[in-house]
Amino acid sequence: MIRVNKLSKLYGYTTAVSDLSFNIEKGEILGFLGPNGAGKTTTMRMLTCYLPPTSGSAEIFGFDILRDSMEVRRLIGYLPEKAPSYHELNVRDYLEFSAAMKGIPKNKIKRAIDYAIEKCGLAKEFKRTIGNLSKGYQQRVGIAQAIINNPEFLILDEPTIGLDPKQVLDIRELIKSIGAERTVLLSSHILPEVSQVCDRIIIINNGKLIAVDSPENLRQKLKKSALIVIKIRKQAGSPDIVNLLSKIEGVSDIRETTSSDSTIKLTVKSKPELDLREKIASKIVGNGFGLLEIYNEELTLEEIFMQLVTMEN
Amino acid sequence: MRKIIAIYKREMKYYFQSIAAYVSISVFLAVSGYFFSSIFKYYNFLSLEVRRTASVTPQLNLIDGIMRPLLGNISILILFILPILTMRLFSEEKKQGTFELLMTYPVSESAIIAGKYLSALTIFTIMLAGTLLYPLLLMIYTEPELMPIASGYLGLFLMGSSFIAMGLFFSSLSENQLVAGVLTMGTALLFLLIGWLAPIIDPRLFNFISQFSILFHFESFAKGIIDSKDISYYILLTSFFLFMSKKSLDSTRYKT
Repeated sequence: MIRVNKLSKLYGYTTAVSDLSFNIEKGEILGFLGPNGAGKTTTMRMLTCYLPPTSGSAEIFGFDILRDSMEVRRLIGYLPEKAPSYHELNVRDYLEFSAAMKGIPKNKIKRAIDYAIEKCGLAKEFKRTIGNLSKGYQQRVGIAQAIINNPEFLILDEPTIGLDPKQVLDIRELIKSIGAERTVLLSSHILPEVSQVCDRIIIINNGKLIAVDSPENLRQKLKKSALIVIKIRKQAGSPDIVNLLSKIEGVSDIRETTSSDSTIKLTVKSKPELDLREKIASKIVGNGFGLLEIYNEELTLEEIFMQLVTMEN
Repeated sequence: MRKIIAIYKREMKYYFQSIAAYVSISVFLAVSGYFFSSIFKYYNFLSLEVRRTASVTPQLNLIDGIMRPLLGNISILILFILPILTMRLFSEEKKQGTFELLMTYPVSESAIIAGKYLSALTIFTIMLAGTLLYPLLLMIYTEPELMPIASGYLGLFLMGSSFIAMGLFFSSLSENQLVAGVLTMGTALLFLLIGWLAPIIDPRLFNFISQFSILFHFESFAKGIIDSKDISYYILLTSFFLFMSKKSLDSTRYKT
């Protein structure tokens, strides 16, 4: 279990992290969410013993980050932001280097490298120079060095930043499969990513903790209203659709967002606890409209964030 | 120990997988070769002159006429080359972000410093070994005294070792390689030329200050004198900067 207790970090007079406390259960994937400059990286750097905290403490499986730095560093695997590595080395040499640095016994190095290579899908890139690999593969190399010592606690700082959509998906799958066996702290500023991969989310802003919860709970809590988006095909001589839908119980507002000659797009607002999709669908179809699309609009990070930040103030 | 070797190997791969090592070693050998041939030709000219005019010139022996000026020139050359060779040791890692990763590995600061120091020392040793060709040439055609040559090389090696330690320290201070290199060169030059103060300051004070001079301690090596005082000077200077490098790495972990 990881316990973070009132962790603070000041750079001169600037507070990067202030009084941050949270726990991570063993085996959990925890998402660390916040805008740029919120203090995510600083917190991770303190947990990895790279930066000392100004005050407060943290314990990683019973080891204190200041007192037992060496033990902590033995337990963790860390992927810093931008996945730095030695670009002039090839993948194998680099992994050999990190395995040796992490103190993996000589007779187990080969197995450790094979494990990391297999997990991260680097078999074909094994002998290529890291500097010549694409950004996505460099990221994989970074994750490979992080998991090479089979760490209890994996810390990944923005693992999908700067990747193309396909690579983002690949890395997410990779994290899920690695996270099945160990405790993971993952930072990101992309909400869908975090809500797909993580069991719980921590949101920080200006170095302060704003919320800790599961992605669903967080969404539910912050939802002030449910938004349903529908797209229908216009029928000649059909009744007024806005009028029809507003008669459904629970609908508080209907807005026509875009329409063309043949289609209309509407957003229907209702109380957050209601799911009116079925009722709306049957009403539309029952009145002879062609239903093209209907979906619940989820809150985006920006919205959750704006809400949380304004609540703070 | 394994971790020191791992860091050492990583550094050596950097030097030899890029063209860095090849270029610096070749340039070093080319310039020192030029030194040797020009000094040798001048010596040759001087010998013929002496024969023709039958005058007595006391400097006309292989050590004072060739080896001492040669090693003296090489000492200036390493003053320029070693800071360039060492300036990347930490600066580059800081710039690339690999320094952060390195510091989160379960490895001691001393092991990091040892691995990096030994790698630069190896390159320097290869450079020096290359110049052994010149005394070897002398030995084929003449019979120079071997002791002053050996002690001269020991002096150069010790001097280079201290420059490398300086370079390592300044590199640990900045992520800017240029800053690290210039600071190293400036400091090394200051240690080398502190003797220039001689005519301007009190002789008693100068006696004290000259003890800090790299050149002052090198002189006796070049003459063929191996004095424990001079050896300990270089070892102290080297250890001091290695210790400072360790403190510089430690300081990133200090609670502020």
